[in-house]
Amino acid sequence: MADASIGLWTVPLAVLGGAIRVSTPFLFVSLGECITERSGRINLGLEGTLIMGAMGGYGVSYLTGSPWLGVLAAGLAGAALGALHASICGLPRVNDIAVGIALMLFGTGLAFFLGKPLIEPTAPRLPSIDFGWWSDIPQVRAALRINVLFLIGVALAPVLVWALRTTRSGLIVRTAGESADAARAMGYSVNAIRMRATMFGGFLAGIGGSFLSLFYPGSWNEGLSSGQGITAVALVIFARWDPMLCLWASLLFGGAAALGPALQSVGISQGYHLFNAAPYVLTLLIMIITCSPKRTLVGAPAELSITK
Amino acid sequence: MKADVLSGIDQSGKYRRAALREKIGSVAEFVIIPTLALVAALIMFGIFVALFGKNPLDLYYYMYQGAFGTWFSWQNTLTRAAPLILTALCTALPAQLGMVIIGGEGALLIGALAATSAALALPGAPPLTVQIAMACAGMMAGGLWIALAGALRQYRGVNETISSLLLVYIALALLNHLVEGPMRDPTSLNKPSTREIGAANMIGTIPGTDVHWGFAFGVVAAVLSYILIYHTVFGFAARVAGGNVRAAKVVGLSVGRLVLIICLLAGAAAGLAGMVEIVAVQGRTNANLAAGYGFTGILVAFLARHNPLAIIPVAILLGGIGASGGLLQRRLGLPDASVLVLQGMIFVTVLASDALYGRLPFLARKAA
Repeated sequence: MADASIGLWTVPLAVLGGAIRVSTPFLFVSLGECITERSGRINLGLEGTLIMGAMGGYGVSYLTGSPWLGVLAAGLAGAALGALHASICGLPRVNDIAVGIALMLFGTGLAFFLGKPLIEPTAPRLPSIDFGWWSDIPQVRAALRINVLFLIGVALAPVLVWALRTTRSGLIVRTAGESADAARAMGYSVNAIRMRATMFGGFLAGIGGSFLSLFYPGSWNEGLSSGQGITAVALVIFARWDPMLCLWASLLFGGAAALGPALQSVGISQGYHLFNAAPYVLTLLIMIITCSPKRTLVGAPAELSITK
Repeated sequence: MKADVLSGIDQSGKYRRAALREKIGSVAEFVIIPTLALVAALIMFGIFVALFGKNPLDLYYYMYQGAFGTWFSWQNTLTRAAPLILTALCTALPAQLGMVIIGGEGALLIGALAATSAALALPGAPPLTVQIAMACAGMMAGGLWIALAGALRQYRGVNETISSLLLVYIALALLNHLVEGPMRDPTSLNKPSTREIGAANMIGTIPGTDVHWGFAFGVVAAVLSYILIYHTVFGFAARVAGGNVRAAKVVGLSVGRLVLIICLLAGAAAGLAGMVEIVAVQGRTNANLAAGYGFTGILVAFLARHNPLAIIPVAILLGGIGASGGLLQRRLGLPDASVLVLQGMIFVTVLASDALYGRLPFLARKAA
């Protein structure tokens, strides 16, 4: 009955609800990667970190019965992978892009290996907050059933903007990203700064992964992440290394990724797989539009290998 | 005066010997350092497996048995090495230009789709015609797929590592769409697939073995790539541009053309891998094709330091690791993902070993 009353509004509502749900991993990975890249290093391994976080979070939630411990464990696993990335990149003549690819494969393999026994059991999932209590329409209620992690991510974006702009550590991170020589001249170890920034990025990416397994879609299997990590890394470029823009971009990508399932929910399953490719096509199109071979990108950290 | 000239000749001989020593030293480095990295990864993997209560010595024994222990496992290894050689070229060729392309898996899938389409479009044609059409279609499609990433980098400044990986996911979505929709064989119920290309069109095995001809294709492609890169003017130009883009432009090289042609060739190699998988193994296109050969190929290219000839033995080695996965599962009860873990460890140690070049004490070169 309610279904009929809102008619075609089902699709945009499902896209909106999906955008909020699906965007959370994008948001966490991109915020973390944003900080890593502002310190002058790129970590392409976050795809592997995301999957490790999903597996680790699910496993710990299953073993301890507490999903929040799972989230914490996922973050720590991510930070550990970040530390591995940073320590290898700290060696002379090692290329950070290649190390990222290696850790993408390593993280994925390790998660599949350790996660084999976790495919069957059901772990306690993260609770959600119901913001749709005012409405009688089930679709509205479903769309507004929001997880706390999303709210934390939304709050984190302006905090990171503020921290980068005004705090001492924000300034140090930016200095390392703009000019390693300047940071060295000030007496800081560039490797140590980037180590912390990469661990922070890994921590957030791990949390993003735990969202996948503990809230939406909310189970652990080997097909859980398909490129969200790498899309989020591309998204940071599109967002011009600005955490607030990362937030808007994540919502946009979440909406694009929710399009396929939303259409399927109203019975349009033609081209389901093509709609699933929407976020990747969108990423590619946005990169084509916003990049330029002639000038370096506005806001790009000068030490970043990917834009040099 | 005369003595000076003579001593000059003597000097040049000395320099030549020094240069030779240097060359042997650097070749030895390129062999010894990756081998050390490989051994380190195997030790780490042994420790990792020991943490799960398995005996590392059993592990090494079964890995050897599964990869190279018997004629049967050798054939399995070489069959797996075939697509790895071709997908590794997809990363190694652009690397000559300083580009990091990791989208071999996408080009493989697109190549397989195109090859299958070509075969299905030519019903009743003689097998050789069909096979040639399939190879052309697969190479063309794969080539254009990677050339797209190259063109975006060259003309729009889009990072080719990210774009080529995004193209993998797009290729996978396209494959799933076509296999479950327009190209679906209605009789394939459990696993949506295209129609079969027909047994007559399958290529056979190398006489006396169970290894299909795809392995020979891979070896030929690797040798041709080696000649192209190290023994032609084109390859020299590519290496100049890879070393220093500005210098290449100053001497009048068309960098854009180099990028496009190299990416086209790279994608064609991966597309050929897709065609080979169809025409020698699968017989039809379905989701089985996304078996990760494209991703392992990246590791092969890095381990071979992007040298097309070195890719052949490295691909055989990695093919062997893949081939031993089944035995590890059956005998040691390790999950199939253990091969992925080992591959990841090898990748990490190989990259970390980059720091060792020029620093090994027993290879230290005397300053001239």
